[in-house]
Amino acid sequence: MKFISARRRNPFVAVLLLVAALGAVGITFSAVSNIQPAQASLGTQTQVEDGKKLYLEGCSSCHGLDAQGSMNGPTLIGVGAAAVHFQVSTGRMPLAAPGAQATAKEPIYDVEEVAAMSAYIASLAPGPAIPTSEDLDYSNADVAEGGVLFRINCAQCHQAAGQGGALTQGKYAPNLMQATPQEIYEAMVTGPQSMPVFSNETLPIKDKQAVTAYIMALQEAPSPGGLSLGRLGPVAEGLFMWVAVFAAFIGAAVWIGIKAR
Amino acid sequence: MNEITPMSDENGEVGNDGHSHAPAKLGYSPVAEIPHRLRVTDTDPKAARRAERQVASMFTLSMVFIILSVVAYVTIDKFAVVYIPVLGEVGASNVVLGLTFGIAVFLIGAGAIQWAKKLMPDVEVVQERHDMVSEKEDDNLAAANYERGREESGFARYKMIRRSLLGAMALLPIPIIVVLRDLWITPPGENPTEILSTTLWTKGKRIVSDGTYLPVRPEDLPVGGLVSALPEGILEVQEEEHNLNARGKAAIILVRMDPEQIRSQQGEGWDYNGILAYSKICTHVGCPIALYEQRTHHLLCPCHQSTFDLADSGAVIFGPAARNMPQLPISVDEEGYLISTQDFAVPVGPSFWERDRT
Repeated sequence: MKFISARRRNPFVAVLLLVAALGAVGITFSAVSNIQPAQASLGTQTQVEDGKKLYLEGCSSCHGLDAQGSMNGPTLIGVGAAAVHFQVSTGRMPLAAPGAQATAKEPIYDVEEVAAMSAYIASLAPGPAIPTSEDLDYSNADVAEGGVLFRINCAQCHQAAGQGGALTQGKYAPNLMQATPQEIYEAMVTGPQSMPVFSNETLPIKDKQAVTAYIMALQEAPSPGGLSLGRLGPVAEGLFMWVAVFAAFIGAAVWIGIKAR
Repeated sequence: MNEITPMSDENGEVGNDGHSHAPAKLGYSPVAEIPHRLRVTDTDPKAARRAERQVASMFTLSMVFIILSVVAYVTIDKFAVVYIPVLGEVGASNVVLGLTFGIAVFLIGAGAIQWAKKLMPDVEVVQERHDMVSEKEDDNLAAANYERGREESGFARYKMIRRSLLGAMALLPIPIIVVLRDLWITPPGENPTEILSTTLWTKGKRIVSDGTYLPVRPEDLPVGGLVSALPEGILEVQEEEHNLNARGKAAIILVRMDPEQIRSQQGEGWDYNGILAYSKICTHVGCPIALYEQRTHHLLCPCHQSTFDLADSGAVIFGPAARNMPQLPISVDEEGYLISTQDFAVPVGPSFWERDRT
């Protein structure tokens, strides 16, 4: 006990605890979600049935009773389990209100319900499947290569540091700072909303892992200088200098010019 | 020339308020028109001593912070991180060094200003300046000099000299203009217009994706897909030419849409089963664009918001661009890879003088 109490304030302990906590969460999560990829692509009969029930309740008013689409929503035949998982688990679907685009929010359905709905949609027609944990493993990916691919394929909309940006008429490319590897992968293979599809043929899984590794590196990148100003680059920094710093200089100049009492 | 001339009257101490103030021994006296207000430190010796102590303590405190900054530099681990509200997690060493040294410098400056404001002589003085206009006699002298120079040089008399000098001066800028024209390094035998109007794309040139440089098959590209692409062999050309001009001109994007959604193209059958190839270079001022919305088929330039409709011949539907995005006709070769069937029909990128008005 003395050994522990003597060292518990060591900064290394905090790191260890964090790693242990992350590991515990990761193991629990993979235990829950590991079953998913195998089942989602095929989908057990119960899952498909449950999914259909959930679909009819929550989705069919826009996407049609047979997922054939309607005036209010596109067809879901052939979009695949990955599209359902991306849209529903990030809370983009069901749509809260019609607008320029669906925004991410607190998801309505839990992990099992999403898996069931994914299985149902996947049972209608083949489409991109939910990635396996092997597909998502970016531990051996080349971050620098990922950076090159990100700047060629992603940065035009999501900004070089993944901060997102504006599209036309109120649409926007979202900020990637909260995106998980699974969401990144699913977005690339399904092309949600305005985003084009980056298929596994034109951007192989190895390259997707590199892009994921780059985004994860951006998410973890420290900001030693403090205020990152949204990592928007020289425009934001210049504005800060002109407004805040110059105001301070002008204040100092005024003080110098005022006569003492 | 500016010089500070204190105005002094006979006794050197009477201002408009009738009080005796500015130190007479320095020979300063207030200007009659400017009302003079005494400072607390002028009238109250205690306040003056307080001000003295205040300035001295600022300088002393500065010494403390200078020493602290050296101590911080030596003792704080340069990778240590500290949490500060608003700023978040920042480097501890950076923050402490910046604060201690910054405060030290600020205190020296602030002390000097306080010293000047509270203790140094405080008298309104007039700084006399010359008129901006020259004296009349200087004007006359300059005019006379010019006249004399004209007379003595015989500029009006020696007609031949005058004309030959004017001719030489007129020709002098020509070399500069010629050099400017050739800032563009033109390979021998080619003119700039031709270089700007042609790219690496030729009949049968394979299309490779940017970044991976692998050839693209039509079945690789799903509906809604986007690929930034280049001609095969681009890296070799780039290396040979030692510049990125070839890449800049030949950069394209491949998009695939449902063939029924393609309303028009720049040429009959220039797509391949719904796959369209367009230049990646904006026709406004040449920004590379791949900001493609797969649902609306709009291509948006982030620089000035020019928007092109790729389902409608790359027509400009918004923004300052004046020309359609040039389309590249494509097909597949016998091995099933996407190829270009000819070069762009119009020059890519922004306009230039010699470009046809299309």
